[in-house]
Amino acid sequence: MDWQALALTLKLATVTTVILLAVSVPLAAILVLGRSRWLAAVEALAALPLVLPPTVLGFFLLVLLGPRTSFGRAITSLLVAGFSAVEPALVDAARLLGASRVRLVRTILVPLASRSLIAAAVLSFLHTMGEFGVVLMLGGDIPGATRTLSIVLYNQVENFDYAAANRTAAILLALSAFALAAIYLSGRPRGGRRA
Amino acid sequence: MLEIALDARRGSFHLHVECRFTSDWTVIFGPSGAGKSTLLRFLAGLDLSAPSRPQQARIALDGHLLTDTSSGLSLKPGHRQTSMVAQQSALFPHLSVAANVAYGLHDVDRSSRQSRVAEMLDLVDAASLIDRRPRDLSGGEAQRVALARALAPKPRLLLLDEPLSALDGAASDALLVRLQSWATEHRAQTVLATHDATDALATGAEVALLHEGRLTAIGPAAEVLANERTRLAQRLSLEPN
Repeated sequence: MDWQALALTLKLATVTTVILLAVSVPLAAILVLGRSRWLAAVEALAALPLVLPPTVLGFFLLVLLGPRTSFGRAITSLLVAGFSAVEPALVDAARLLGASRVRLVRTILVPLASRSLIAAAVLSFLHTMGEFGVVLMLGGDIPGATRTLSIVLYNQVENFDYAAANRTAAILLALSAFALAAIYLSGRPRGGRRA
Repeated sequence: MLEIALDARRGSFHLHVECRFTSDWTVIFGPSGAGKSTLLRFLAGLDLSAPSRPQQARIALDGHLLTDTSSGLSLKPGHRQTSMVAQQSALFPHLSVAANVAYGLHDVDRSSRQSRVAEMLDLVDAASLIDRRPRDLSGGEAQRVALARALAPKPRLLLLDEPLSALDGAASDALLVRLQSWATEHRAQTVLATHDATDALATGAEVALLHEGRLTAIGPAAEVLANERTRLAQRLSLEPN
């Protein structure tokens, strides 16, 4: 078992998720709360990674040396959907009570869209764990620096070491199953509602 | 005094209002779809941005401009010292009743905030609900809490859009009387929109009749609602004991 690769993968996934949420939450909030006509163009740009192949993204990132936001893909869209689902009357009420945009996002949108936020965090974490094309194109295969579990798995299959590949795949599978279970558990209703 | 000059179109609906509300308590009376809620939302500073922006709007409270489209002025909802309560109580579901009422008291120190929350809940007869969650409230209780939340920041303009619809007649009348005396004491100009003639008559205030987006009459309740009063009296006399 390549523990170094596992630790690196978890670290990469954690850092990516934190960066991604730090960018996506404000972006999604601007898209939901803003009213400018230019927002449609921003939204289209934010959704672009959804339709681009990972290799094209990897190439662009390699050329632009930009941050690794390609892992985001659907994350901003997911948060936009979550924020949009918050009743407009609640947003109006908070604005009337003097909430700034930051306070509105922090105290109303984020708590009420917590399920979308958890889903976004878990999906971005999982996506990074399983990312192969972009990591390989951007960083290559350097042990301890860029060799993640997916690359280890690829190498093991290439070397016909199926026993080791099985173990690596089992770890990736277990982590994914655990994370998805967390998403579904977070969405379970907590008690009934009275009129 | 509240001065309003407003011209807004939404599809086939045209809201055109030019008036001055000189009384501290004005009731806008009209059937559903007359434009009451639209008017109140504009007064609150909501819907003043594209795409719902009115063609022309000038709103001033006691001589201070809140909105003036000709000069591009439009104070944000939270900067107009204006509170609004709508039929839908819109309590924040993840916060307790106390936290809901305290939401607009962000800049007030903690001890004053707590006492203001208690005072407001007491005013609307909801002191016992302080630790509850909105999901555990009935419709009437939620409306009381929404009122307390709107009054807590001590607004200069209070907009009420059928805020007592979930309360029964006696409770609604009692609360209206309390609200009216609170508004007078705190010099909060109040505009109450309703399609219920009994609500409009209960406060004996200035009444503005709104019909299909136009103000058709404005004056003392007894005069403006004379027809409604007769109709109500006839209905009551026809009802079996």
